[in-house]
Amino acid sequence: MTDLFPFAADLGAARSQMAFTLGFHIILACLGVGLPAIILIANWIGLRRKDEVALGLAKRWSKVAAVTFVVGAITGTVLSFEMGLLWPEFMRRFGDVFGLAFALEGIFFFTEAIFIAIYIYGWKHLSGWTHFWTGVPVVIAGLGGAWSVVAANSWMNQPDGFKLASDGTVTGVSPLDAFFNGAVGYEAPHLILAAYLVTGFLVASVYAVGMLRGRRDRHHRLGLLIPLTMAVIITPIQFAVGDTAARAIAKDQPVKFAAMECVQETHTHVTEYLGGRCTSDGVKGGIGIPGLDSWLVGFSTDTKVIGLDSVPPDDRPPANTMLHWAFDAMVGICSAMILLGLWLGIAWWRKRDIPATPWFLRATAISGVAAIVALECGWIVTEVGRQPWIVYEVMRTEDAVTKADGVWISLGVVFVVYAALGAATIVVLRAMSRRWRDADDVEVPYGPRPEAPL
Amino acid sequence: MSSADAVAGVLWVGVTLYAVFGGADFGGGFWALVAGSGERGNRARALIDWAIGPVWEANHVWLIFMLVTLWTAFPEAFASVMSTLFIPLSLAALGIVLRGAGFAFQRVAARSSARRFAEWSFAVSSVLTPFFMGTVVGAVASGRVPIGNAEGDPVTSWLNPVSLLLGVLFVATGAYLAAVFLVSDARRFADPDLVGYFAVRARAAAVVAGALAVAGIFALRADARFIYDGLTSEALPLVLVSLACGAGALAFLWRGARRGARPLAVGAVVAVIWGWGVAQHPYLLPQTLTIDEGAGASETLTAVLVVFGIAVVIVLPALALLFTLDQRSLLEEEGGR
Repeated sequence: MTDLFPFAADLGAARSQMAFTLGFHIILACLGVGLPAIILIANWIGLRRKDEVALGLAKRWSKVAAVTFVVGAITGTVLSFEMGLLWPEFMRRFGDVFGLAFALEGIFFFTEAIFIAIYIYGWKHLSGWTHFWTGVPVVIAGLGGAWSVVAANSWMNQPDGFKLASDGTVTGVSPLDAFFNGAVGYEAPHLILAAYLVTGFLVASVYAVGMLRGRRDRHHRLGLLIPLTMAVIITPIQFAVGDTAARAIAKDQPVKFAAMECVQETHTHVTEYLGGRCTSDGVKGGIGIPGLDSWLVGFSTDTKVIGLDSVPPDDRPPANTMLHWAFDAMVGICSAMILLGLWLGIAWWRKRDIPATPWFLRATAISGVAAIVALECGWIVTEVGRQPWIVYEVMRTEDAVTKADGVWISLGVVFVVYAALGAATIVVLRAMSRRWRDADDVEVPYGPRPEAPL
Repeated sequence: MSSADAVAGVLWVGVTLYAVFGGADFGGGFWALVAGSGERGNRARALIDWAIGPVWEANHVWLIFMLVTLWTAFPEAFASVMSTLFIPLSLAALGIVLRGAGFAFQRVAARSSARRFAEWSFAVSSVLTPFFMGTVVGAVASGRVPIGNAEGDPVTSWLNPVSLLLGVLFVATGAYLAAVFLVSDARRFADPDLVGYFAVRARAAAVVAGALAVAGIFALRADARFIYDGLTSEALPLVLVSLACGAGALAFLWRGARRGARPLAVGAVVAVIWGWGVAQHPYLLPQTLTIDEGAGASETLTAVLVVFGIAVVIVLPALALLFTLDQRSLLEEEGGR
């Protein structure tokens, strides 16, 4: 028992460290995918309509992207260390099956970094449309990178591209089949759309706060409208993609689905619960809608939903109530954002303006944080919902973790350093915005080099 | 040559790029750390900051490239190294975070106290990161990483004479490369004072790095006999090339020649890295795991080679475009002054 104890304890530390660093990185990664899109939209509007305000926004956003990109590069490097530092057994057994996705991601990332530098440089040195086109590879590489890295994660949910011999040896490896696994088709679009949503609502929320403070110039209106329009158009699409993903999970990873919906026993006419506490005798509290869960899975209340009782207790995900709440929060936030979009759409249709009430700006102001909450909830559902497996029904997380001592210490250091990193990022972005208001230009990491120093 | 050997060669290209560019990058941080606070030190730091600007990001990419290639093509070695050497690799990762954040934020920090803290964080971690990476290399070279999940000693595997010596050698080599590069950069801006400043440092670093390299060979003889035997037999020509380049670079530096020192300094480092590769061949982990034994599935090795080819075709032209634009804007600025 004394031998087992530190081993079990380190699993908790390793999972916490991975969850924390990934949860941090995913926000920056989403900005890396989403910001180039809204930058190019603003740039395009600016060029087409000869609109200096739109061009000014694109220029500022590209400098914000430079800062978030740098921090994302750092936290991404840490993650590639952690693959080995925390999960050596996982990488030892399966590195050659699914590792290639990361190599592709690396190429996309490098391309994106190069072109973002060229694009920022181009504000000074390239002419209008040439400059615009140097931004296009940034958007494409962002999409490709997101797709590749999600391919690695979806492989963990729907492992493919290898065979297991009777002694557990991995044979018959096909990296291509691993890359195009059964889950990437819905997971990758879901995350890419999430990246656009998070970016759109987050940027719009910054300008909503500015407008609430009385800065109602064209700069703020456009800064709110460009990202918000993109986000509210994507929200219903994301809702449909997410709904498809949930149905696919009900089929491919029924235990994860059962944990998300607190379904204890396999049966038909399953009630859908909003909120509540998951217990072994069903959901306590919460709002129940009879038959809806079955209907959502198979468009008929007769649909059989597989429950947690289909697997032994050791094979069920932990923290059932948290999973259920995370799923509900994600769906709830997405639904609220659809309403926000309808509100904007109706006001625009009737009087070509954003809704006059400050409540609209207040709702937009919190939509940025809400989008991040939804993103993290989705990530919790995917990752915690797959437990106790690191590779679904093939390898347990406890068998993947490092036997090195000291993960608790590195976890503590990571908490402190990342808190400082996050705080510094926010402070720096706020300082940039303050200096822009004072009409200064700002030097950024990817920017063209300053005047020669000597 | 097996495809495993080819992938190992690709990995070694990554190691070389990281050692030369990343090494110079770390070395720049070293000189920023010891530049002091006087007017001359500030000018030296400004030049270092200017020189690192366009390359520091790329250096993350070489590192990630090495890690990804290692875990995809040689998963057994990756898992063994990352678990036994948990402590120095965690510290190196910490250094990378502090360094990257420090470098990024020193450009945008508004208050001078924040800027100074960012600069300090950048400079200190520029020394610690290559040191810990050197200890990792020492642990591998001296056969202290057994196969398995944290099977080696968590402390003595990297706290031993060979590892410590290689750690210091990594720092010194980076400082040497950086100083040689900075001499050229200072000359470009027609600043004879800084040319002299970095030339003195380049010569000193050359002597120190050379002395450490010689000491390293004796340490290897005592503690990593396999590598020593390789370096003194199959890899001997490369070791001699490295020596010749190093001596040549020193001679050029002494004479104050305008060109020649830079390629020779790089040549010295590249030759010793490939010499080490030849000496360690055919082992990933000397005398416990060969390249062929440690290689992943052959389909994956082929795919890695294909992806590497795609990367060369896509990334190199883009990188060339960036450097061309960077140089052009420099010319404009110089012409404008």
